[in-house]
Amino acid sequence: MINFQYVRANDVADAVRHIATDPTAKFIAGGTNLIDLMKDDVERPSRLIDISRLPLNTVEETTDGGLRIGALVPNSDLAYHPLVQSRYPLLTSAILAGASQQLRNMASTGGNLLQRTRCAYFYDTATPCNKRTPGSGCSAINGLNRIHAILGTSEACIATHPSDMCVALAALDATVHVTGPDGERTIMFADFHRLPGDTPQRDTNLRPNEIITAIALPAPRFVTNYSYLKIRDRLSYAFALVSIAAALELEGGTIADARLALGGVAHKPWRDTGAEAALRGQPANQATFTRAADLLLRDAKGFEHNAFKIDLARRGIARTLTQAANGTPQSQADKKVR
Amino acid sequence: MARTSTAARPSKQTIPTQDKISIALTVNNVERTLQVSPWTTLLDALRDHLELTGTKKGCDHGQCGACTVLVEGRRIISCLTLAVMKDGAKVTTIEGLAANGALHPLQQAFIDHDAFQCGYCTPGQICSAAGLLAEGKAKTVNEIRELMSGNICRCGAYPNIVAAIQQAMGQTGEKS
Amino acid sequence: MPSYIGTATSRVDGRAKVTGTAKYAGEFGASDLVYGAVVESTIPKGRIVRIDVSDALRVDGVIDVLTHENRPHMAEAPGAWKDEVAPDVGSPFRPLYDDIVMFNNQPIALVVADEWETARFAASLVRVDYERAAHATDLYAVRDTVRDLQKPFKSSKPRGNASAAYAAAAVRHEAEYYIPIEHHNPMELYASTAVWNGDGKLTVYDKTQGVQNVQRYLCSALGLSSDDVRVMSEFMGGGFGSGLRPQYQVVLATMGALKLQRSVRLVLTRQQMYELCFRPATIERLALGATTDGSLESLTHEAIAVTSHYEEFARDDTTWADGLYTCANTNYSHKVARVDLCTPSDMRAPGATTGVYALESAMDELAVALKLDPIALRLRCYSEREQGEDLPFTSKALRECYREGADAFGWDKRSPEPRSMRDGSELVGWGMATGVWEALQVPITARITLTANGHAEVACATSDIGTGTYTVMAQVTADALGLPIESITVKLGDSTLPQSPVEGGSWIATSIAAAIGTTADAVRAELLRRAQQMPKSQLAGMSPDNVTLTNGKIVSKQNPSHSALIADVMRHGKMDRIVQETTAKPNDIGKYARNTHSAIFAEVKIDEQLGIIRVTRVVSAIAAGRILNTKTGHSQIMGSVVWGIGMALHEETLIDHRFGRIMNANVAEYHMPVNADVHDIKVIFVDERDDIINPLGMKGLGEIGIVGVAAAIANAVYHATGKRVRDLPITLDKLQR
Repeated sequence: MINFQYVRANDVADAVRHIATDPTAKFIAGGTNLIDLMKDDVERPSRLIDISRLPLNTVEETTDGGLRIGALVPNSDLAYHPLVQSRYPLLTSAILAGASQQLRNMASTGGNLLQRTRCAYFYDTATPCNKRTPGSGCSAINGLNRIHAILGTSEACIATHPSDMCVALAALDATVHVTGPDGERTIMFADFHRLPGDTPQRDTNLRPNEIITAIALPAPRFVTNYSYLKIRDRLSYAFALVSIAAALELEGGTIADARLALGGVAHKPWRDTGAEAALRGQPANQATFTRAADLLLRDAKGFEHNAFKIDLARRGIARTLTQAANGTPQSQADKKVR
Repeated sequence: MARTSTAARPSKQTIPTQDKISIALTVNNVERTLQVSPWTTLLDALRDHLELTGTKKGCDHGQCGACTVLVEGRRIISCLTLAVMKDGAKVTTIEGLAANGALHPLQQAFIDHDAFQCGYCTPGQICSAAGLLAEGKAKTVNEIRELMSGNICRCGAYPNIVAAIQQAMGQTGEKS
Repeated sequence: MPSYIGTATSRVDGRAKVTGTAKYAGEFGASDLVYGAVVESTIPKGRIVRIDVSDALRVDGVIDVLTHENRPHMAEAPGAWKDEVAPDVGSPFRPLYDDIVMFNNQPIALVVADEWETARFAASLVRVDYERAAHATDLYAVRDTVRDLQKPFKSSKPRGNASAAYAAAAVRHEAEYYIPIEHHNPMELYASTAVWNGDGKLTVYDKTQGVQNVQRYLCSALGLSSDDVRVMSEFMGGGFGSGLRPQYQVVLATMGALKLQRSVRLVLTRQQMYELCFRPATIERLALGATTDGSLESLTHEAIAVTSHYEEFARDDTTWADGLYTCANTNYSHKVARVDLCTPSDMRAPGATTGVYALESAMDELAVALKLDPIALRLRCYSEREQGEDLPFTSKALRECYREGADAFGWDKRSPEPRSMRDGSELVGWGMATGVWEALQVPITARITLTANGHAEVACATSDIGTGTYTVMAQVTADALGLPIESITVKLGDSTLPQSPVEGGSWIATSIAAAIGTTADAVRAELLRRAQQMPKSQLAGMSPDNVTLTNGKIVSKQNPSHSALIADVMRHGKMDRIVQETTAKPNDIGKYARNTHSAIFAEVKIDEQLGIIRVTRVVSAIAAGRILNTKTGHSQIMGSVVWGIGMALHEETLIDHRFGRIMNANVAEYHMPVNADVHDIKVIFVDERDDIINPLGMKGLGEIGIVGVAAAIANAVYHATGKRVRDLPITLDKLQR
């Protein structure tokens, strides 16, 4: 860990002022990812701006019937919040699939969006990595890439985004509220995270001098027919090989609307509106689900060790959509897949 | 071959480390003031500055749960927490669970059920279990297992840990 | 008096562990304490051309940086670095010895600073230039360089003609199995605190399974006198074999303390622990030939394991069948291939864990080929005598393990066809396997100090690495002296105490129990001698065998009304204590095979569509003689089963062979079972009376519990899915292949 400076921000404007004066500074809230990376010298901020005491820790109903979630609401509080549990159970389920309870007690909502990849080369400063050291090369493309991306990859990077919560937020059409020197702006969730392209060092479209203040959810939908299924190498406390968030609105046996987003397969939470469109108006059956899965995975590309993810994702999508259609969402405590 | 000498100290100016910051923590109901650098984690502050070595360092990266303590009654990972960020907080460690020499029901249950072998993950397991009881989210065996999965026990005492927690739940009036 | 031996006695050190007062190696302080941080190589092989520590030294608070260029004196002769369990062949690693890099993440400098974070920061500023050399870390890539052991196992001589018998066999099975590198990953980080006591004297608190081994090693390697170094390890946060040999941090901490003449603490990072030692990656080839009724005609077991370039580490993978199955024609061979990693080490039941996984997987495949029940095949081949040297067993209740295990599991309800059992969306698989380990005993010394107030201290330089040594020592002493267990104090983990070898191989409990027994005999004899000196002694003319100690008295066995109060005896003899120390050696019991055995039954449930595997039930039936402590013994077996689950489904050290670097050197991506992975585990200790092996009829429990577990699970996975995965771990993607 390098010898950074430490300051505590008094309010959001103060936080923005601090970051604007020092582009190599970083905000710290829960610290669960940043401190980890700093100990490995992957993150080397000159200054930490402590935002953990800013008043961004409430969950409030909005006038349009949605929710505004303060950026500092701990993941566990969000998961167990009565309004989230009752109106956005997909989000609750996805949050509880990630990390451990101790980490969820620390990790903030905003910080969850800014988690960095678990790619081993990103973490190991002795190996090339374009995300950590732009231009040094991608070690994963021809290396140990079992956990890596199958969608939206580039020659420069095949890393995945590790969050579970974000997969649900993508499916639920969340928006990200940020504040910068020029004031506030809102970023659609789909536009928040980036594909690697030739700038894999940039995970998001958040500008360096902006702070996330809140995540907003539109009025609740998909309260009955949803599921979050996480497939991983052990039954808890492991990052996803593939995770699937599925949500349906059914009219009789027909799908009126659908959401489908995947984790563990791309540089960002992967939502495919084309696949969703293919579900709409169709009967909620295996043929429909498989067709949507095939559509979503049409451009999937496997590497030496992760090609299995394509078929796993295909089966997982169909299964999760089945769970959603049946109204039998996956329980994160009971490990039998429903 | 090798020769003994103190490495020659270069004459150039020194590279500064961090200025110490004074913080106050209420640890196990005792108010403690300490001078820590910003890079000092709560875990290292407890172990190296306050000599409360009951809280364990097992990975230093938030992956094993051995460093679990309660901050404001919630279980957290102390190795990923900067001490300066917890200025003014109330911290409970394994040393603070036994009241006046009487073991906490979880501590007794861990002994009764042999819920450990080497004992190194044990303080974190017990603090985590104390957090779990306070949260009140675990009602079933599967929920206990899931919500205790952030605490790795390499000796493999998991079934006994679950049994111990169930015993303590009974004693504290929680449903098991 | 209650007998403690054989009961479910709670750990006597339990309170210390649940209250956080048990102190581990990195937790001892000193007023002059400074902190170390290790700089590691970033290449797998080559030479350090230049190491620039100037920036590190400029950091405020840095006291010194030790490298191969400025370190204190250390022994040059490789022999001086051989600890008591070092491989016979090769030259042990000497940290900071010279500029040669033999593996990635090799320690190449030690930064010492007034605070740990400062040392870590300064360590990141050390600049190193290397001259690289070509390296190899992949067993499959170096397979053609495989070589015979320079020091072969004496047990692996062939019997009959295995290849001819195989060619002629009616039913045959041949396959290759693979076990990747696995790491011990004890929860405690490797740590040493070398406390400078002045005048060149040190107390070194070390994470080790053998304090005297470390003490002798430090003296030899660093040229210290035996009186100058005391090594302590009263608690150890898990070892599993990783602490049998001294690890480099104890050398660096001690060297730092000697150079700076002050106390140094060095705690390794989790990442650094991946280059201490590991279970070697092993390829196992099995060829089994049988008659149509399942009698084994031919058994070939060949293993190729990795070792380092500088030491030949090898543990016998291939002869375990000799303790299980009759077969006239066998061929066993164990070879090694060298890679550019640190030397592998013992890890829980070394050799057996890997070898028996392959053997018992192959036996399951043979049973399938024969259309025989797996237990029936094993009973068909059951050996009443050890096959290699044709010896009787001191005891072998393996049939009872099969029977009681099968009953508890409900094996008779198993439908033999693969994919024939299911539970909704999950395929159900039931598999079984056999386990075997050695019942070893080693020379060890115990000292008992019995005081007139009815308290006893029992002392030995052994370790309690979580195995329950404190507790069993207290139990045996309490029984032998007729005292309540609360009156016993146990001292261990201190190199100044009576001698003990390293704690490993499941030999300590049995050995120390024997030594406590003989020492208690000596205490009783001394008490009797003194009692008989008292006027009108009721015990006159009796021999030590005629009396027993109970309730603070020395009592005639024939006539319990004849007795003397121990306190009176001591008072009369003007003694406040009796101190006795004896060494127990393994009994000369003649030519016998000494083994523990087990049968393991596993149920898996596998999501048919997704391949997610859950181990829902395990029954482990163990034959290990008399069980000293059924509570801690149960925990040892249960924990071993958890290890077996990890081995079968999770554990694998991933190396990028291009860089020769371990890429999952953490406990997030090196997957070990977590609480949610572990369900019902039932442990059965079958009744196994053994009047031969030692007076208490005991065998050790530390290793036997893991042997065979991975095979039972792999066999269950086959039974569930019809898919045979022969390279561990069985991850869900392998079920899709």
